[in-house]
Amino acid sequence: MPSLKDLKNRIESVKSTRKITKAMQMVAAAKLRRAQEAAEAARPYAERMTAVMAGLTAAASGSDNAPRLLSGTGSDQRHLLVVMTSERGLAGGFNSSIVKLARNRAEKLLAEGKQVSILTVGKKGREQLKRDYGDSFVHHVDLSEVKRIGYDNARGVADEVLDRFENGDFDIATIFYNRFESVISQVPTARQVIPAEMPEEAEAPSAVYEYEPDEEAILAELLPRSVATQIFAALLENAASEQGARMSAMDNATRNAGDMIDRLTTEYNRSRQAAITKELIEIISGAEAL
Amino acid sequence: MADTMQFDLVSPERKLLSLQVREVRLPGSEGDLTAMPGHAPVIVTLRPGLVIAVGDDGNNHEFAVTGGFVEINGESVTLLAERGHQRAEMTQEIFNEMMREAHVKRQAVEKRASSPGEEIVAAAVKLLADMEALGTHIGLDPKQASAPE
Repeated sequence: MPSLKDLKNRIESVKSTRKITKAMQMVAAAKLRRAQEAAEAARPYAERMTAVMAGLTAAASGSDNAPRLLSGTGSDQRHLLVVMTSERGLAGGFNSSIVKLARNRAEKLLAEGKQVSILTVGKKGREQLKRDYGDSFVHHVDLSEVKRIGYDNARGVADEVLDRFENGDFDIATIFYNRFESVISQVPTARQVIPAEMPEEAEAPSAVYEYEPDEEAILAELLPRSVATQIFAALLENAASEQGARMSAMDNATRNAGDMIDRLTTEYNRSRQAAITKELIEIISGAEAL
Repeated sequence: MADTMQFDLVSPERKLLSLQVREVRLPGSEGDLTAMPGHAPVIVTLRPGLVIAVGDDGNNHEFAVTGGFVEINGESVTLLAERGHQRAEMTQEIFNEMMREAHVKRQAVEKRASSPGEEIVAAAVKLLADMEALGTHIGLDPKQASAPE
């Protein structure tokens, strides 16, 4: 049986924990709004890009000398997994769900006899993956100094990926991130960026465009940008998801702390009552003995 | 025929400009062009330069872009630029940074290319030259930005 003093200390400590988790929840809520706005603002660019790319790829994919970023290297032996996680923890299952998805994919590819290399963005994913796949690690992009994800960050990641592709280090690149559905639901997603995968249902452009310079030259210029745009979109979704996950995790933690305080307070009151009763019994039995 | 059309200038991070315009003057990679309402549908890549949109009120909106591409059809012009700055906001610092990027790109390409005459090297050299021309055009000094070691 813990003493009254112990109980009181524990209640105080849980109370201060609750204050912290509550504050973190509110900070996450504010950051979430900003992250969502950023993702929203980035959408028009990505949409136009996809539409133009769809028209271009339809025109160029038939030809023999289509860029390798579109047609692939003709092999699917070597895979690069780009795993995007957060720089900070305390976000519920946010990081582990991405890592789990990436790990399953890596295991599957290795079982098929393929080669896997891993590039991580964000500290948390590196920590979790380094243990199992230390040899397959090729690079880590550190975003811990970045307050607000900008296009330049995405381009940095894209350049790392594209340089390796130019050097012939891999055939297929897949990015892993959490798609933001709502505050309580983030879906770990894998998306192939190299060779470019075009949505099947992309509508044919309404007007027939002329191209200057020709389709292939434009395509060669746009494909690397499209990779950067996709990575940028993924980073933004990830940032929004992270804050969403943290917000609900902290909401749970705050509620749990509340429950715990209630329980401890009941216990404290009961012990206090017991102590008083015990003292009364002692006094009464002492008086009776006289 | 309508005498105005929709013009959108979009960067990866946000929409920079969206308005009705009479014409847009664009620095195409193979030469300047002006898009007016009713223009034939065309997709053009851009070189670093100044984009001038003449609004329906006759005001000029000038933006410096570092390249990108533009989609023109009869009713609208959509410009996707990696970086865009209003001319008034273009400071020497921003320009220096753009120049440095171009320098870095050129160095990286030259390192990888097997011969100096290769196409990608020529493209990087042209990018740098276009960037310098842009700076001179809007009164900024391209010499202040030195190539990093």
